[in-house]
Amino acid sequence: MSDEETIEVPILTRVEGEGALTIRLRNGQLDDVQLRIYEPPRLFETLLQGRPLEDAPDITARICGICPVAYQMSSIHALENALGVIVSPQIRHLRRLLYCGEWIESHALHVHLLHAPDFFDAASGMELARRFPDEMRRGLRLKKHGNELVAAIGGRAIHPVNVAVGGFHRWPPRDELRRLIPDFEWGLQAACEATRWVAGFAYPDFQSDAEFVALSLTGEYAMNEGEIASSRHPSIAVKEYRRHFVERQVAHSTALQGGRTPDHSPYLLGPLSRINLNFEHLLPQARRLATEIGFSVPCRNPFRAAIARCLEVVHAYEDALRILLSLDFSGPCRHAYQPELSVGRAATEAPRGTLFHEYEIDARGKIVRAVIVPPTSQNQTQIEADLRARLHQQLTAGTLRETLAVDAERLVRSYDPCISCATHFLQVRWEDA
Amino acid sequence: MPRKPRVAVLKFASCDGCQLSLLDAEDELLALCANFEFVHFAEASSVLHPGPYDIAIVEGSITTAEDAGRIRRVRADSRVLITVGACATAGGIQALRAWGDSQAWVQSIYPSPEYIHTLASSTPIAAHVLVDYELHGCPINVRQLIEVLTSFAAGRRPHIPTHAVCLDCKRRGTVCVMVAQGMACLGPITQAGCEALCPTYNRGCYGCFGPVPGANPSALLHECRRHGHSNEELIPLLRNFNATAPTFRAACDDLAKEPWTPA
Repeated sequence: MSDEETIEVPILTRVEGEGALTIRLRNGQLDDVQLRIYEPPRLFETLLQGRPLEDAPDITARICGICPVAYQMSSIHALENALGVIVSPQIRHLRRLLYCGEWIESHALHVHLLHAPDFFDAASGMELARRFPDEMRRGLRLKKHGNELVAAIGGRAIHPVNVAVGGFHRWPPRDELRRLIPDFEWGLQAACEATRWVAGFAYPDFQSDAEFVALSLTGEYAMNEGEIASSRHPSIAVKEYRRHFVERQVAHSTALQGGRTPDHSPYLLGPLSRINLNFEHLLPQARRLATEIGFSVPCRNPFRAAIARCLEVVHAYEDALRILLSLDFSGPCRHAYQPELSVGRAATEAPRGTLFHEYEIDARGKIVRAVIVPPTSQNQTQIEADLRARLHQQLTAGTLRETLAVDAERLVRSYDPCISCATHFLQVRWEDA
Repeated sequence: MPRKPRVAVLKFASCDGCQLSLLDAEDELLALCANFEFVHFAEASSVLHPGPYDIAIVEGSITTAEDAGRIRRVRADSRVLITVGACATAGGIQALRAWGDSQAWVQSIYPSPEYIHTLASSTPIAAHVLVDYELHGCPINVRQLIEVLTSFAAGRRPHIPTHAVCLDCKRRGTVCVMVAQGMACLGPITQAGCEALCPTYNRGCYGCFGPVPGANPSALLHECRRHGHSNEELIPLLRNFNATAPTFRAACDDLAKEPWTPA
């Protein structure tokens, strides 16, 4: 007799967007596990067609309320690649500063409000705040700093308005940025304290055999540019991206799943991959702190991505302070360009991992074709592979059925999936006119 | 002391930005939790209580048949239903499918379109159920959300300004980007709420907060044309996050009927 049993997690909580989990057992063994994404499709790539290229940063920002800057950064860099625009060092630095704000905001949100409750069997960050009021207040303050930095440059924290193809609509008010320096000096130390707190959590013992993939750059922790590096394969140029990484559709998900050619093998993007591949480029305080808390690379435990996120917050504070202390708004805030029929590509490091954009534009400056490959859809295949390994480990250890689903949901949460991002973007096949 | 209002935060087709703005109210978050009981807020808590709810805060538009059914159940479960953001109040950017063939769009994105069930339209919540209050914005202004929540808890109408963005430019002392630079700007027909952000950042308003009551789009568009802006610019400007808000939609369709290019 075959004894079939299905465990459902109907709504994944404390993640961005709408997803669910189905675990199927047969005779007490794992039969299948599916990360089901049922977020309704919004069809962004198609609604960009025929629009002025200048619309891309504002429209693609609306893909995700948590990481709008990532979409703005990947879209403008891809379009600038198509237009042959190379921005000034001043613009480059200000974009990096803006991205630091989003990394701080997004990571502080995930670590404190979404992820930390798992380690204390709490339902929410609000509940955790009753047990750890100082730690949670500190976490909210870090998150607020990130938002304030994005707002000081972009006008507001969610869907900022200042980013433009070619640069910025204006240089931000210098005083508003300089005013943040004392907060960021405090925040750097607070972020170190937060990292020590998070490093002390009780992490489940689990190792993933993932291939780590992230942008990598000589001389700095890659954010807005670089080559696509891997823990298993040689680095490739961003323009080669779609020859090596593809998406496919599965019935249980409105997000396409990423895989590496030729056999659709899974790979992992995000903070763990970045820190594993680029550890030596972390700024000094982050690197020293990693040594102090005994965090060594490569780290293969996805639950410990929380520590990688914290170290990246420390790094982002150091980097932001460095830029804030040497603000240079000389020269034009925006470069002019002349559209012609061309294709451009770029990848940048969203808080959740490498975000690839490709645009074809025409001589009137209209978007002919857009391809957007967000990190969460790429990570789906790896998340399912890790879920299988983790559930197998748990079943072997005789874990109770009730605990299985909770543990599986926690594993999914540790990747910080962004389901609104993952849904309805991936472009597998385009009719070439 | 009366019990705390039971609040549910629910998501339909959207980017999550509007409900995230609640978590972004870092300074007020703990105080909000002291005054409201968030009994169903999947992005923030693993404990999800069933209804009935005193207040449902709904983000996102209706794009699937399942969601059209789900919003009716939410309405039946909620004493007060408040919609937040451009998706929930106007259909959002995904409503642009109104001008395209969404089946063809799905086919161009997904290799197996038969797995994808989506409606040909993206409609605001009020097209499906009675809505007690609509809070506009893409994203919403979190101060306004807090005002709406506290006013409903206190049993009064919220104080949300319904003047045009222009007035806020004057208040901020921002020089008009249309008069001084000839930029196309939706400020005169767009409701305030963003604090006139875009003109302050040296660009025209692109209508995040939707049409202001009593807007006169034809006068504005006439002025834009006088400054040399063509339909090629003005139609996409109106077809943004509030594209299917009736005033913007009608203005846009009128423009499309009279093709015009600057001399």
